[in-house]
Formats: sequence, structure tokens, C-alpha cells
Amino acid sequence: MPRREDISKILIIGSGPIVIGQACEFDYSGTQACRSLKEEGYKVVLINSNPATIMTDPMMADSIYLKPLTTTSIKEIVAKEKPDAVLPTMGGQTALNLARDLQHEGFWKENGVKIIGVNMDAVDITEDRQLFRDLMESIGIEQCRSRTANSLLDAKEIVEELGGLPIVIRPSFTLGGTGGGIVWNESEFERKVLRGLELSPVHQVLIEESIFGWKEYELELLRDRNDNVVIVCPIENLDPMGVHTGDSVTVAPTQTLTDKQYQILRDAAIKMMRSIGDFAGGCNVQFAMEPGSDRLVAIEINPRVSRSSALASKATGYPIAKVATKLAVGYTLDELPNPITQVSSACFEPSIDYVVVKIPRFNFDKFPGVDEELTTQMKAVGEVMSIGRNFPEALNKAWQSLEVGRSGLGADGYDNPDRKTIRERLVKPYWDRTMQIRNAFKMGASVEEIADITKVDPWFLQQIRHMVSLENRTEGQSLDTISKEDLYEMKQAGFSDVQIAWLLSKGGKDLHEDDVRKKRLEMGLKPVFKLVDTCAAEFPAETPYYYSSYESENESEVTDRKKVMILGSGPNRIGQGIEFDYSCVHAVLAAQEMGYEAIMVNCNPETVSTDFDIADKLYFEPVYWERVLDIFEHEKPEGVILQVGGQTALKLGKRFVEAGIKIFGTEFEKIDFAEDRGEFSKFLKRLDIPFPEYGTARNSEDALAIADRVGYPVLIRPSYVLGGQGMRIAVKEDELGRYVERILETHPENDFLIDKYLDKAVEVDVDSVFDGEQLHIAGIMQHIEPAGVHSGDSTAVVPPYSLSKEVIKTIEEYQYRIAKEMGIVGFLNVQYAVKNEKVFILEANPRTTRTIPFLAKATQRPEAKIGVKVMLGAKLKEFDLESKLKNWAIKEPVFPFDKFPEVKKELGPEMKSTGESIYFMDNFDDEHFRKPYEFKNLYLSK
Amino acid sequence: MTPAKTSHKPAILALADGTVVRGRAVGMIGTTGGELCFNTSMTGYQEIFTDPSYYGQLMMMTYPHIGNYGTMNRDDEARKVMIAGMIVRSFSDDYSNPIADGSLQEYLERNKVVGISGVDTRMLVRRIRTKGVMNAVISSEITDEEELIEKARAWDSMEGLELATKVTRKEAQTVPSDGSYRVAVMDYGVKQNIINNFVKRGCTLRIFPAETPPEEVMEWKADGYFFSNGPGDPNASASYGLPVVEAAKKSGKPLFGICLGHQLMAMSEGIPIRKMFVGHRGANQPVKNTATGLVEISTQNHGFAVDEKQIDESKVEVTHINLNDNTIEGLRFRNFAGMSVQYHPEASPGPHDSSYLFDQFLEMVKEGRGEKASP
Repeated sequence: MPRREDISKILIIGSGPIVIGQACEFDYSGTQACRSLKEEGYKVVLINSNPATIMTDPMMADSIYLKPLTTTSIKEIVAKEKPDAVLPTMGGQTALNLARDLQHEGFWKENGVKIIGVNMDAVDITEDRQLFRDLMESIGIEQCRSRTANSLLDAKEIVEELGGLPIVIRPSFTLGGTGGGIVWNESEFERKVLRGLELSPVHQVLIEESIFGWKEYELELLRDRNDNVVIVCPIENLDPMGVHTGDSVTVAPTQTLTDKQYQILRDAAIKMMRSIGDFAGGCNVQFAMEPGSDRLVAIEINPRVSRSSALASKATGYPIAKVATKLAVGYTLDELPNPITQVSSACFEPSIDYVVVKIPRFNFDKFPGVDEELTTQMKAVGEVMSIGRNFPEALNKAWQSLEVGRSGLGADGYDNPDRKTIRERLVKPYWDRTMQIRNAFKMGASVEEIADITKVDPWFLQQIRHMVSLENRTEGQSLDTISKEDLYEMKQAGFSDVQIAWLLSKGGKDLHEDDVRKKRLEMGLKPVFKLVDTCAAEFPAETPYYYSSYESENESEVTDRKKVMILGSGPNRIGQGIEFDYSCVHAVLAAQEMGYEAIMVNCNPETVSTDFDIADKLYFEPVYWERVLDIFEHEKPEGVILQVGGQTALKLGKRFVEAGIKIFGTEFEKIDFAEDRGEFSKFLKRLDIPFPEYGTARNSEDALAIADRVGYPVLIRPSYVLGGQGMRIAVKEDELGRYVERILETHPENDFLIDKYLDKAVEVDVDSVFDGEQLHIAGIMQHIEPAGVHSGDSTAVVPPYSLSKEVIKTIEEYQYRIAKEMGIVGFLNVQYAVKNEKVFILEANPRTTRTIPFLAKATQRPEAKIGVKVMLGAKLKEFDLESKLKNWAIKEPVFPFDKFPEVKKELGPEMKSTGESIYFMDNFDDEHFRKPYEFKNLYLSK
Repeated sequence: MTPAKTSHKPAILALADGTVVRGRAVGMIGTTGGELCFNTSMTGYQEIFTDPSYYGQLMMMTYPHIGNYGTMNRDDEARKVMIAGMIVRSFSDDYSNPIADGSLQEYLERNKVVGISGVDTRMLVRRIRTKGVMNAVISSEITDEEELIEKARAWDSMEGLELATKVTRKEAQTVPSDGSYRVAVMDYGVKQNIINNFVKRGCTLRIFPAETPPEEVMEWKADGYFFSNGPGDPNASASYGLPVVEAAKKSGKPLFGICLGHQLMAMSEGIPIRKMFVGHRGANQPVKNTATGLVEISTQNHGFAVDEKQIDESKVEVTHINLNDNTIEGLRFRNFAGMSVQYHPEASPGPHDSSYLFDQFLEMVKEGRGEKASP
């Protein structure tokens, strides 16, 4: 059946600001959905309050509403736009819950809006644990034994029935499993039950038999209106049951199931999807399987596109959101071509000939006192995905992608912890589990011992043990004697040149990764690039989506076009999230419009920039020097763009300069110079631009002396960090002493900076683009919170709401002079503090920022694209620079404090927010302005 | 701790087109050859290696890690390993499966299978995809590349090759069930899971060796006749296969064919069989049922197919087509009560979407016995 003709205008609900459990994967799915519907000629109406999304870009939909995600906004939009249908499955649980609330009110029916992509009854069933349980029972799918409790008393009775602790608590209707977890002992039981009841909007928790340690699996399904079902990808969790799948290391496809066991999963998944209504769309099913038996229990089913769907899409190449959208508007799977091959059918189950590993990224360092143990409640803020031709290669690459300073799974010069620490970190699940498993093997532990403690399937352990044995073999050798075969085997197992250099240094002289690189290139050992094609090469595929491996055949043909390589921003984390991916996507578009072939390198599966049809060529690879250089040497582009990928990309700048590779835009030396406080201050002094007094220290004596000189309160922070990491305000001497100690512990190699803290100053954040002559100010954002609260955590208002004309004039003049004198080509962000009408410079960042997408949405100007085009040689006079902003736009940060109940809500110089929304305001009576204004000093910490 | 992988001897894979790749020996040390084909299933290696339809073929798995969960007796599709050799990217010496009976290495050694690991299987798949299937040789004994290429070139071509008699039972066998239905099974290399599917549905089976004369088969007075899957060129199995098909047709009882059986039934109606360029081998092939419009994800394993250009619509109705390349996957016969499919509804390995075909055949058997079909 072709597309539905009874509908012509479709409302898509987005997922709003990034929070833990709901990140930029929904920009990926929403963007695919918008494009998919537009391709079919439907009118698309979109609501999403997240300005940093590609889906809210003007080209994505016919009408875009950057409004708060509330039933009120949706009602207003429906009244105005009169859509025929709503697609609520692309915006995570937020969108589904909103659609459900309106369904219960009878709103959709009243307004003649059809729900497509899901049945609302299905949502009710899957969200109500008891209904779901009853349904599973009726179709013969086994469940953990469990019952719902509405009170602490209920909960106590149920635990008795289940035979005591441990048990699992799952509050009903919460996002990302908020408030859930395993209860091991009596002492924590009451607290956790009560918290679960409180967090559940219906005050209900499920008390469940613990299947801690069972093997965990996820299947991604698609179904069409004819009831054809395909499984796009089976995913196996390396972390067994007990850790939220969003916090687990996961592997695709499954590695440890026989076909008979896998088919039990597949049959059950299809049966489950068919049992929750007959809608056409996507769905995710989670299972646990008892090791050593075929006993399978169903954990949950999500009738929507999920974080795992994004992962499955990137893992297989199969665009789940795009196809799910086509199915929602009436197509059947057999009518659609496989978008990757174009020659085969979309109605099939991808076969992959590589291994995919996902490792979640955490940000516990931002939340002192947080409980780092992984539980059934998600705590990760992002993730990386890697592709290899075997598990060791994929695992090493994933560690290279993580941005935690490692060059693979160990063997990179960091000390191995002691036996006791390793054991502690293995007994309970923590984020670095695979690394600790490696450490345990290094200490001589056996597969059986580790399996016994961790319940991780022995196959994964055997693979890690094999990696350690390769390490051990290499340690005894030297660069002069190592054979080509041995080196090749190391490279095939994903070891980086840094790791190999470190291992080979053990026997003698200190080696640098460049020594290993030189040697292996002499031996002819360089990676090839293989295609992700959904079909294990059975059919030819045109989609230019590649990964590297050490093999014989290279599939990535280099064109003779002029090219530019754009480095992505890696895993989402606090301080560097979707905002940078937004700029990456615009960099690709800008480069293409300027006639370049755009080559994207990134390793974050949640992003739009890694979608198969965004860049001319996509390399799904770690944004890690060796990997990036390998790609560069293969493609030989004119140069690279580093300024859109945050610190991840920028920190490679020095290496590019050393390698003599062109960096587009502002010269890298200038970017580096802006980070060097001493040089930059001299520069400001020369321009006669004021800045807070400061000093650079290496020890506490220096620090105290500087503080005495500039006067308390002072701001202390390590140099070269992101998102204000480790930054504190000290009001007196002993406090400063404590902070210094802490910095010396966490950043032993960095200098640290002591700045005079401008108490009660107003902070102003200015994004701009400079082309050598003209300065384009994208926006002057005045923060509501005082200087001292990290700009990412501040409520920012554009244009300024209370700055005097003189101050604004001064800021504009400073911005121009800094841009001109620094030799900026492209982006320049400057942060100012205004106190008593005097303007101080806090810092300058010659790159895109978190606020570029917000300003682009506020002004309706493609700020990111303008900046990148200027970097590539365009002049500002070529652009229409008129702002369409009427009145004010506010950037409202969102915090993850609900996920970390043990952490105090306080704001300071270290960023803690995960995302933001945009709000357009007409006057200062608006509560979106009034509220933060009232509380502006409340959460300021030291 | 020395990695087990490097303890393997070197091995060479040589293709008839002159391609030579080096890897490490797995399984038995020796030399072997056959048609090089690839399978895209991500699970079920043991079922594939024991599938009699692969007799005489070198099996290359596209999924890189093979051996992960060891081997289990319950996963055998025949009494022994049928493939002539195995090619993989990353062989797992260690395995993890508490209920396994042993490792794949032990299993291959016991079954005298020569294999090679550590080769760029994806490159080889792409080569076959563009050049068509070809013969190859694996050796962990011979190191002379030219000699191996020559050996590959001299290896018997699959075209015209008769292999079913190599894998069929030597003697007829009765397999009892709880039910009263009697199905005669022509064993050209029947998979265990086909037998299981019949028995599960209450069919008692009499399984006949491939070359059993028609009279002997008809003597058993079956309620239905089943023609199994099997290896080799179907044209080469015609001499003994077709007489039984003809006799079964005359009996008035229903016929059901899978894979080679399907091809024999089609040939009996004058439809020629052609060799395919690459073939279909995997567990993700979409097949559309033309009657219901529904799609089944199916297990496939065939290098020959009914020639879609020479279909006589007056004799057969095309019931199933492959969505990827529109080749014919299933037929219903107009001149007799018969249906056949090119693919494998018994799965093993693979999805269970098509198991309804066994139910359909059972309905035909019931009808043939004058029983009312189930509602």
C-alpha cells in the first residue's frame, strides 16, 4: 500500500532539552522523521523546545514551534495549524507521555487528529507494569516474578512473598528508570521504596525478583500495517542484568547465543510486539536470559524509537527512524527499498560482518559525592560507539573514543591499580568495568574468577584475556625486533601506536607513538576502510559510511574533488553536547555549499552528524589522533575544520600543526594563545582592555600569595579544562588551600589559575564571526545569574535586558578589537563581566560554542553555517545578516539533579547542566524571566 | 600466557581466479577444496556446517567471530559435518556456553574438517559477488601457491555434480510420532529439523535413501510425500529423483518439496533449473507470499533456482518470491496436489517465520485422507 492520502499535515513532537536518559538520539530520529515525511510531500509541523537540534532548523519542517513541551503549547499549535495526524514516537518518553495525556483528555479525537506510529493503548500497557505483566502472561511470555506496591507496607509484603532480598524497585512512569534500583539489604530498603513512590507520578513501584547477573539482550523491531515484522538488530549487554542498558557496555550483534537461543528471543519479541496493538512503527524489546539455560524473561517493551534504535541504526546502517516514519504513513516494508543498498529490500534483517561496541560516557567528576555504582537507573550522559572486525579491535577503539585520556584498553602508561582496588571495582558494576577486567587479567586473575565476581559472560572475558596476552607478548620485544606479523596482530586487535610504543618502551628506550607509526608504515601496515552496508557485502552499496580496520582490501575510494575533513565532538558530556553536533552538521552543509566534499569523523552514535546521508563521506571512528591522521592520509583533504567539534577536535590542533596540515579558519597558534592566560592577558593589556587580576600557580604558596595580592574572593581552576572542570570560588585562605590540594590531586600536570572573582558582576556572553574586516555579532547574551555561575548553567537573555547603551557599545568595540588583533577568521566567543558599568574580559574562545545554535534559533540566522563559510573563505557581506528576533529569547538550562539525589543542587563555576531549552518572551512579567531572576543568587556555590 | 591463536599453523586459501590469501589453520591439518560460498547468518554456524545441502562446499562465514558458543549435540542437522572446509575471520578457540558439549576446534578435528581463520572474508565475499561463485582450495600442508591455484582450478565444478547420494541415508528408516499421519520422506540430504517439524505435527515418517526405486516408496502407502533439500546440481539428481516425483503425483496424495525437492518437482513439470551467479545463503532473506502479501524472513541456501523466465503459468502458480531479486521461492502445482519452496521453512539456523508451511502441508495431507481441514 502506498502512503496515506487521508492525511496531509503531520505534527511531530520533539523530546525537549537533553537530560540523562534522553539525549541527542532524539534529534537524530526526529530529523530523520522530518526529512522522511517531507520527502513524501507531507506538511510537517514540529514542536521542540531544544534550540540545539537540527530538527528545529528551518529546512526541516514547514512550521517549527520552539515552545515549551507542554500540553498547553500543543493545544495552541493544533488550534492554529490543524494537523491531520500526530507522530509521537520520535521524541522519546517526553513526546509519548504528552500524547498520552492529551489522549486521556480526548483531545486528539475532538480535534480530528489521528495518532500514527503507535497505539495509545499500547503505551498504556507498556507503561503500566501490572497491565504489561498480565498481557505477557496471557501470551505465554515469562516474566520476573513481581507485584506493584502503592505503599511501603505493600512493598514489605511483596518482598516476603518473593522470598526476601535482593529485589529490584521500578517506579511506574519515570524516565530512564529514575528512582529504580536493586535493594541488597534491609538498611536501604525503606529509603529506596519511599523514593520510588515519591518519584512515580502515580505513586506506584514494582517490586521484582532479582535476576541480577543474567544475560541481557535488546532487539529493535519494525512492523508495518500488514503485520510484517523485522528485527533490525540484536544487541547483547556485556554488563549483565542489574545495570541500566543505557549505562551498560553493549555489543552488536549478540556474541554468546546459539541460533536456537537467539530464535527464542526473536519469536518472543515478535509475539510481544504483535500483542500490543497493530500499529505500524518501531519498537524495542528487552530480555534477560539465564546463563546456561534457555529460560528467557521479558523485561520491557518500548513502542517507540529509542536510544537503542539510534545505536542499532548506526551499528547496522539501517535507518530505523526513517523507515519507521514511512511505515507510520502507510507504506509496507516490502514496498520500500533498503536505503543503503538501493538494490535490495528494506524488508529484511541486516547482517553485519563486524563487531560494534558501545561504551557509555559518565560525568561523575562534576558531582562530588555522587554514588558511582551503576544500577537500574541511568546515570550516563553520553556514549561512544566503535566498529571493528573483531571484538578486541572494537573495544580498544571504543576506549580511544571515550575522551577520558586513554589510548585503548590499558597498556598506555597509566599505572595499574592495586589488587584491592581492582576487586572493589569489579564486585559492583562501575563505568570502567572493562578496564578493571583487563587490570585483573594483568594481575593474573582467571576467567573463572572474574566471571564469578562480575557475571560477565566468559566469552567477553576470554577476548579481553587475549588482548592482555598480546600486551604481554609485546612487552618483551623492542621496536627493532618486533616482527611484522606480531605488529599486524596488535593493530588488528585495535591497539593504538601509543599503546604499542608504551609496551615496547618497557624493554628499553622510551618510544613515542610517532616511532611506532613510522615503523609500521615502513612495514606497509596501514588501515583499510570498510563499508557499513547492512548486508555483509552480499549486495553492492553506495552509501559512503566507513570504519577502519587492518585488513587486505580497502573499499573507500578517494575522489578527485576538493575536500575538507570535519572533526566531530565525540561523546556527549556536560559542557560538550548536542550543541557541537549541531555545528558539525552545519559545517558539513556549509562545506558542501562552498563546493567541498565534506568528510565527517565522529564516534557518537546519537548524533545527526553520523547519519548516513549527511556528509559526503562518514568515517565512524574515534576522534583520536592516530585514527584521524590515518583517515587524513588516506583522503588527503585540503585541510581540517576543528572549531566545530569542541575540545575533542581542538585538542588535536597542535598535532595537525606539527604534521604541517592546514587548519581552516583562525590560525591554531591564536586559538592556543587564547587558552594561555599569561599570553592572553599581556595581549589584553596591550589593547588596554580590562580583565580581572590573576596569577598562575603551581603550588599552594604561590596560590595564597596571588590571592593575597588580588584580594578575596578568588576563582581557582586548572588551566586547559573544559566546562569549568574543577573550578571553584574561594572566599578565604583555608578554603583556597583545600581547593589547591584537590586540583593537585586531580590535575597534577596542569598549572592552575587564580583570578580575582568579581562579586555580583553581571556576566555577558557574546558570539560573533569575523572575516578579517567585518565583525558579525551573532548575539549579546546577558546572564540572569551573577558571574561565577558557569555560562552553560546560566539563564541567558538575548538581547541584553538591563545593560546600558554605553556598556553594549564598549562590548562591541572590545569584541571587534579582539577579533581584529587576534587575527580571527570565523568564530569568536568572548565572555565579559560587567561591574559598576565597567566591562572586564573573562575569556575568549575562537571556536563555536554551546550558544551558537541557541542564537541561530533566536535570530533565525544560520550562525554556524555563516561562521564555517567564513573559515572557508567567504566574506560576511555575502550573507543576509538581519535578525528576525522580536523582543527576547531566553536560554534555560536543565540539570540532572533528580538522577543524583545524594548531590546538593548548587551552581558554580563548574558546569552541571545537561541541556537547555529556548523560550521567546515578550515582556519581563513572563515567569520564565521572573522566576530565575528572583532566584538568581540562590544556588550560587563556592 | 601465549595466545592460542598464534599456535595455529599457517594455512593458505587459493581461489580458481588466482587470488591467494594466507591465514591460520583451524580444524584438521590438511588440504580440501570445493565451491567457495558464503553465508551471512550471524548465528547458527554448527547447523550450517552440518546442513547436507552444503556437502562439498567451502563455507565462508561473513560474521567474523565463529566458535563463540562451542558446539552442542542438539544443534546438529545431520550425523556429521557436511561442508568441505571452513573459512572465517576470527576463530574463537575459547568458547562460552555452560551447556555446550565441546569447542568448535575439537568438533572440526573430530569431523576431519580443514579450515582457515584470519583472512579478509569481506574482500572474498566482494570478489565472489562481482565474479560469481568459484572453486577454491584450503591447505595447511601445501605452501606452493601456484600448486594450490591449479588444484582449485582442477576441482570438480558444482555444475553437473551429483552429490545427494553421498549424503543420503544408506537404508530406509522409520521415525515414529504421536500421530497417525504417514509421510514418506525422500532423503537427498534431509535436515534434522525438517524431520523434527513433521514429527512434532504427528507425522510418522519413512525416510528413503535417494536412489530408492519408486515402487518401493509407493509400497509404504504414505498420506503424503516429501522431497528434501540436498546438495549438488539438481539436474544430476533427476535420474533417480524424477521417477519418484512422478509416482507420487500419480498416487493422488499431496507432495511437498524443499530446496532440491522443490527443484525436482518443478523439473517434473518441465520447468528448467538454472545455476545462479552467486546464490542465496543466509538467514535474512525476505520472501513474499503472493497469496497473503505477507513477508517472511527466511533461511536460504541455494545456488540453483527455478528459471523464472521459463515458468508455465498453466502448470504452476508462483506462491513466493524473493524481495531482493524477485527470484522464485515457492510454487503451487496446478496438475496435482503439491507445493514446494526453494527456501528453508525448517530454519535451523534462522527465523521461524515460515514454519506455517508444514502446517499447510499437514492440511493437504488431512484433506487427502478425506479428513476435514482444521478451521
